[in-house]
Amino acid sequence: MPKEHRLVLKHADEAGYTNDIKCYLKYGGYKTLKKVFRLKPKKAGGVVVTPQETIRSEVLASGLRGRGGAGFSCGLKWNFVNRKSGKPIYLICNADESEPGTFKDRQIIHKDPHQLIEGMILSCYANDVKLAYIYIRGEFPEGARILNRAIDEAKGKGFLGRGICGTRYDLEIHVHRGAGAYICGEETGLIESLEGKRPYPRIKPPYFPAALGLYMCPTIVNNVETLCNVRNVMEIGADAYAALGTAGNTGTRIVSLSGNVKRPGYYEIEVGKATLGELIFHKNFGQGLRDGRKLRAIIPGGSSSKVFRAGEKFDIKSKDKWGEVVEQKLDLLDIPYDFDTLMKCGSMSGSSAIIVLDDSVDIVESLGNLSDFYAHESCGQCTPCREGSLWMAKALKRMRSGQARKGDADYLEHIAHNIQGRTICAFGEACAWPVLSFVDKFRDDFEKRGAEDEARLAKRDGEATTK
Amino acid sequence: MSFGVPKKLEREINRLVKNYPEKRSAALMVLHALQEEFGHISLEAEQWAAARLNLQPINIHELVTFYPMLREHDPGKTVVRVCRTLSCALAGSARLHRHICQRLGLEADAPGLQRTKDGRFGVEYAECLASCGTGPVMMCNDDFYENISNDGADEILEKYDE
Amino acid sequence: MGANQAETPVKTVTVKVDGCTVEVPRTTPNWLGKQEPTTVLQACKHAGIEIPHYCYHPKLPVAGNCRMCLVHVGMPGRPGPDGKSPMNEDGSPKIFPMQLPYEPQTPRGVIGCATDIIPGMEIYASSPETRAMREAVLESLLINHPLDCPICDQAGECKLQEYSVDHGLAESRFAEVKVHKPKAVDLGPRITLDAERCVLCTRCIRFTADVASDDALGIVNRGNYSAIATYPGKAFDNNYTLNTVDICPVGALTSDDFRFQMRVWFLKETKSLCTGCGTGCNTVIGSRENRMYRYEPRQNDAVNSCWMCDAGRLDYKWIGRDDRLAKVRGPKGDTAWPSVLKAISNHLTKAGVGSVAIVASARQSNEELYLLNKLAKHFKAPTDSVPRDGEADQLLVARDRNPNITGARLTGITTKRVGSKLAAIAKGIASGKIKTLIVYGEDVTQHGIGVKLLGKLKTLIVSDILPSATTKNANYLLPGCAHAEKRGTFTNVKGRVQKFSKALEPPGDAIAEWEVLHELVHNVAGLDEFDSIEGLFNQMAFEVKAFKGAGLKWDSLGDKGADVKL
Repeated sequence: MPKEHRLVLKHADEAGYTNDIKCYLKYGGYKTLKKVFRLKPKKAGGVVVTPQETIRSEVLASGLRGRGGAGFSCGLKWNFVNRKSGKPIYLICNADESEPGTFKDRQIIHKDPHQLIEGMILSCYANDVKLAYIYIRGEFPEGARILNRAIDEAKGKGFLGRGICGTRYDLEIHVHRGAGAYICGEETGLIESLEGKRPYPRIKPPYFPAALGLYMCPTIVNNVETLCNVRNVMEIGADAYAALGTAGNTGTRIVSLSGNVKRPGYYEIEVGKATLGELIFHKNFGQGLRDGRKLRAIIPGGSSSKVFRAGEKFDIKSKDKWGEVVEQKLDLLDIPYDFDTLMKCGSMSGSSAIIVLDDSVDIVESLGNLSDFYAHESCGQCTPCREGSLWMAKALKRMRSGQARKGDADYLEHIAHNIQGRTICAFGEACAWPVLSFVDKFRDDFEKRGAEDEARLAKRDGEATTK
Repeated sequence: MSFGVPKKLEREINRLVKNYPEKRSAALMVLHALQEEFGHISLEAEQWAAARLNLQPINIHELVTFYPMLREHDPGKTVVRVCRTLSCALAGSARLHRHICQRLGLEADAPGLQRTKDGRFGVEYAECLASCGTGPVMMCNDDFYENISNDGADEILEKYDE
Repeated sequence: MGANQAETPVKTVTVKVDGCTVEVPRTTPNWLGKQEPTTVLQACKHAGIEIPHYCYHPKLPVAGNCRMCLVHVGMPGRPGPDGKSPMNEDGSPKIFPMQLPYEPQTPRGVIGCATDIIPGMEIYASSPETRAMREAVLESLLINHPLDCPICDQAGECKLQEYSVDHGLAESRFAEVKVHKPKAVDLGPRITLDAERCVLCTRCIRFTADVASDDALGIVNRGNYSAIATYPGKAFDNNYTLNTVDICPVGALTSDDFRFQMRVWFLKETKSLCTGCGTGCNTVIGSRENRMYRYEPRQNDAVNSCWMCDAGRLDYKWIGRDDRLAKVRGPKGDTAWPSVLKAISNHLTKAGVGSVAIVASARQSNEELYLLNKLAKHFKAPTDSVPRDGEADQLLVARDRNPNITGARLTGITTKRVGSKLAAIAKGIASGKIKTLIVYGEDVTQHGIGVKLLGKLKTLIVSDILPSATTKNANYLLPGCAHAEKRGTFTNVKGRVQKFSKALEPPGDAIAEWEVLHELVHNVAGLDEFDSIEGLFNQMAFEVKAFKGAGLKWDSLGDKGADVKL
């Protein structure tokens, strides 16, 4: 039976569990930190392996993938860091949770901030980082207060500041608040924002954060949940962590479930051990749609991910355990909720946020809602997103106000095609993905609207001329 | 025109600036602090912040006009921000926004921030507030509310209407 | 380049551009002149193909925001575990055209301005895929752009127009309402902004922050409502603002001086120099029907890069003034060139050694100063010029506001201490020793030789282009030409000898000073016959030490000049 597997949110919702350090320590908090800080350099095959290298190889071996959206290997990301530049290395926790549909980091920050702090200290230690920031979205003022208190508490206990745990390692963490901009979730936009500039994402190449990040120094940007999982990897070991989830999609993930389900909420699952169908319908998760409603669509990984239409079937290729390529037919609801399968099905798990749309929902209206979001949040730096996002939002607004045209599906598709792959950042092209997939999967809805509006307007014009 | 900040705020800002290897980085945090004190960020406050951070005033103005949470003008004593993005929309945010606007004598569905004549409230739609499982949600200043019915909204607004 | 200069081997990289194999330099100077890996855009330029662009400018930091230079490229495959790169059946390296990672059937472009080339790369600069990307960007830029080309000053030199012809679609699909933004904004005392025309390439912002060191411009608001702006109430007013008008690829920033004056396609373009100071910024004069409408800077990396200062740029109105001297005048009133030249020649031939002094202007050309000095040598006449000092700045403006003080020194007209001999000349006049004064292009009454003193002279010969107290008192008045009305060279404060060309006809009887001087020197002191500025220059270059040392020849000066050792 599919069920939650709580690792990051192990204690978060337990009765009596509070977000102060006293409680965290009582539940075994910072034990992992102390354990790791006791690690000594060891010799392996004539080579000295530092504790930092040990942590990094553990994280790599755990298969931990970024929980923010791209799902990139955390260990590899750390490996890309230029450690020979002679410049300081910075770490930034991306707590700018703002992908529509996503509300998992909020839980961690509000309910278990010390887990994040511990994860950050370990990650900083592993990467020789002396100064780190938590970039938290402006709309989380309470979260910022909680984190600031947690930092003060950790400092008070000697887990932060100078000479952590009796070593010669110093680390400062500061909380930096955003002020209402989706683009600050994009790592280079975030870095620019943290530098006090307009959060315009940087062009890559050449500005890859691993080499030219904050203040043009090597910089690691990790999501809140990812950093918590670093702590969990170090607590239970890479092998135990990699045993959770499925091959290549290891560990646990917090899924945010919202929209037309009976029991929306956040559910931590082993990656790939529950299907989309189970997450929406099973009693341990969403508990199905409201009575009498039928499934219309699923947005599987935050608003930027491509939508699925109820009843879709997929032919996907994967490798079996002997490395043979096998073809598999998969119903939408049987897609295991992981990183790779969703991608093979043409979408992505993104920030692991599922938005469910039932048959009461107007498809054009929903897409219009999302396009308004992207038009409002476009930073305006590069042409395709700046012009295209508002163009699509305006077109959808027109369609929603009774002036749709038969050709509007093609029209929207044309605009969106000219955005994807052409922008400075992934957030820019993200505005195209909902449009392309909604139009592709629900073309009938758009065409019907166009035909109805055109017929109505033609009739009105006809009446006007005969009068 | 001379613009000054209270001693306490100045100390707080000094502390914030020290958190960064480069002063400019403190811009957003300084602006948050100024807005908390004065309710909005006037041009004088922008100039003060720019001088404090060794920047040109345009560098600060670029930020204030970019971030919706930073206010160039007084947005009202209590700023109500109703989430309008998809999950909350499905859960009834338009209904909630309309109800609040009607209660406060504002235009429903008007874009952008609307302020009541007495300046006690400012109401606007906000993009996803990251609590999509408990929609519709809204913020009143720094306070967060979820699963809001019309009656619930009345109760909440009363709390701030003192 | 000198022939004796050792050839430095340039490391090259072989890439394919539109199917043709080309070898391009491995590195190319970046905006600061520092060698950096050659980019796709630069490689195409080396191969003679221009990649359209808006935000990229060779003299500004790369921004990469306009996306117009998106190009579809193919990359050689990475070596496999066996260390071998993927090969085609014929043994050539296999090239993988770039695709969207999540949609392999869709080609993906890279921005040419910020993507370094790698050996073996294939650049599909003109492929249908690349053209489609350009068309899309152009369409996006045009949807909110006003259709006001008929009244836009940029029309004719607008990159939106140019690229629309090459890459545009005949019809817009846009069926929505355009975004409205501020129009006719007074950005500063010399510039008007039309935010609706702006494509937000940020060239102006980068120029003023990174080149002019005045962080005065920024973008306000966000998304599609973004607009270029200064801080509220603060004028965009440094001495380099008008360069932003030049680099604005569209008609968003217009010069108040040029706005609504003339359509650019009617303008005749003439290569010239700015005369505002000793830097000698290279310029282009835009003129029509013998009227000058504007200066624009002309790129010369040894002098002014692509820039010039506002003061210099707007320093041309005097050329077209109504009170320009246009008539030849002798002691008996208006006369004609042959008689006046004859009279002066006769007079000077009879003048005794030591009885003549010459005050020349460092606003005159090398050739004119050379001839004046030849004349001076004949009489052993004291000569000098007039200092014109101001404050230098960080970028272009030189302390010396004379355009040719170096030329005045090298030809021997003046010394290191410019104007130091004026007092002696004044004394000579007062004592009656100096009976004839020749003044070229200066009002000596402002420099210690007052009207009263001028009255003591037997003969005052003045050549100038505008009236002054000195011209008023002249016995012989020779109307001269502005630099825009003749040919010649200046030597800038760093020793660069540069040519300027003739854009306009001088008013009335005015004749280029060098022609008049040539005649006089020929008559009085003897000189080879020249009927061209080329011959004169080459003669001067043979005689004047510094010029000779540099081996100068008129032809080898080219458009960008040559350096002499100071």
